[in-house]
Amino acid sequence: MIPAAFEYHRPSELSAVIALLSEHGDEARVVAGGHSLIPMMKLRMAALDHLIDLRDIAELRGIEVGATIRIGAMTTQHELLTHAGLAEAAPILAEAARQIADPQVRYLGTLGGNVANGDPGNDMPGLMQCLDARFTLTGPDGTREVAARDFYEAAYMTAREDDEILVAITFPRPGAGHAYEKQKRKIGDYATAAAAVQLEAADSKVSAASIAMTNLSDVPVWSAAAGAALVGSACGTPAVEAAVAAMLADIDPVEDSRGPVEFKKHVAATVLRRAIARAWSRV
Amino acid sequence: MADKIHLKMTVNGQPVETLAEPRELLIHVLRERLDITGPHIGCETTHCGACTVDLDGKSVKSCTVFAAQADGAEITTVEGIGSPDKLHVLQEMFREHHGLQCGFCTPGMITRAWRLLQENPTPSEEEIRFGMAGNLCRCTGYQNIVKAIMAAATEMNAAKEAAE
Repeated sequence: MIPAAFEYHRPSELSAVIALLSEHGDEARVVAGGHSLIPMMKLRMAALDHLIDLRDIAELRGIEVGATIRIGAMTTQHELLTHAGLAEAAPILAEAARQIADPQVRYLGTLGGNVANGDPGNDMPGLMQCLDARFTLTGPDGTREVAARDFYEAAYMTAREDDEILVAITFPRPGAGHAYEKQKRKIGDYATAAAAVQLEAADSKVSAASIAMTNLSDVPVWSAAAGAALVGSACGTPAVEAAVAAMLADIDPVEDSRGPVEFKKHVAATVLRRAIARAWSRV
Repeated sequence: MADKIHLKMTVNGQPVETLAEPRELLIHVLRERLDITGPHIGCETTHCGACTVDLDGKSVKSCTVFAAQADGAEITTVEGIGSPDKLHVLQEMFREHHGLQCGFCTPGMITRAWRLLQENPTPSEEEIRFGMAGNLCRCTGYQNIVKAIMAAATEMNAAKEAAE
């Protein structure tokens, strides 16, 4: 499987990337790890005349851990798995990253590619909504931020303009009560359903809860109502089932090779119950 | 058709140069232009891992990397890990523990395991299965591959201790 011909660019400055995107418009695409784009090019489902490789752009790399966590868009899933500071500050990232694809794909696949591509099957968009992350976008008119919860419009359609690129992802340092629970058919598969949960506690009760679901709609689903159903409870069965019911009202799965709608709702409920229980055990 | 571009890389310790179209995948350049046929083309869809090579210290599926992206890289293939006259201990252990039957997946398995044992010289069985999850084998059922890698880790650690 050989893609159609294209011209390869490997600039070393972000400004050069923006200039190429401005010049070539929708005939150009940037490539980060390439593990979404290259397979689509091989299938000739993605057509482009100019491929802009981001690998030499230093400012797209790096992980900074403080009260705010900043992760460069070109940070790989493997780096998320092996970064000691991140493991302590936001362990949900590694818990999710280790359930993505396989080792070879994680060495190259990036956080930025995963969130910017807009594929409903990707895990990081839902997780970033759970963490209330902000995406930093740079284009010809400068830099702006978009909340992860406002970024996704439809499958592969996002708030990013064609001449912008995702530079970094930032989010406030989360609390200890976390879980990323994913059900998939096999290694390397997308989720049948996955749940990202962050809980905070005060006086043995949930004081704040954030819940987001993956691959159960054409966009990630942050369910404010599901989180609200847990607040004030001790994560007993009535509160958890209220959260599950609220989540089920917010998702919109479709039948595909991973199963019919009823099955997906069943799996969504199951992964959310498990994620809430595990997050609560870690608060 | 885009012009060919001039690529320089180090493959198994040897500097190599070649011309390739930007759309040529690394596996095709290795096999067709550089005559390095250890990495195999299995599924060609990023699933099977038969084309695994080591690229700047990372195990990658060379069917999902353009050769242009590897310009300037250091690449190790199974040919750089052992030779018929002097098998690497991983290869010895695959033979001893019957870690292969048809052998088609083996170059990718060896190349991936080689990197895994550098990152984690004392892996548990679970860590080996997690670390080898990107390489498929349709013959063995994996049991003997896991045994071979565990045995290689033990041998390599014993050799390292003996040397110290």
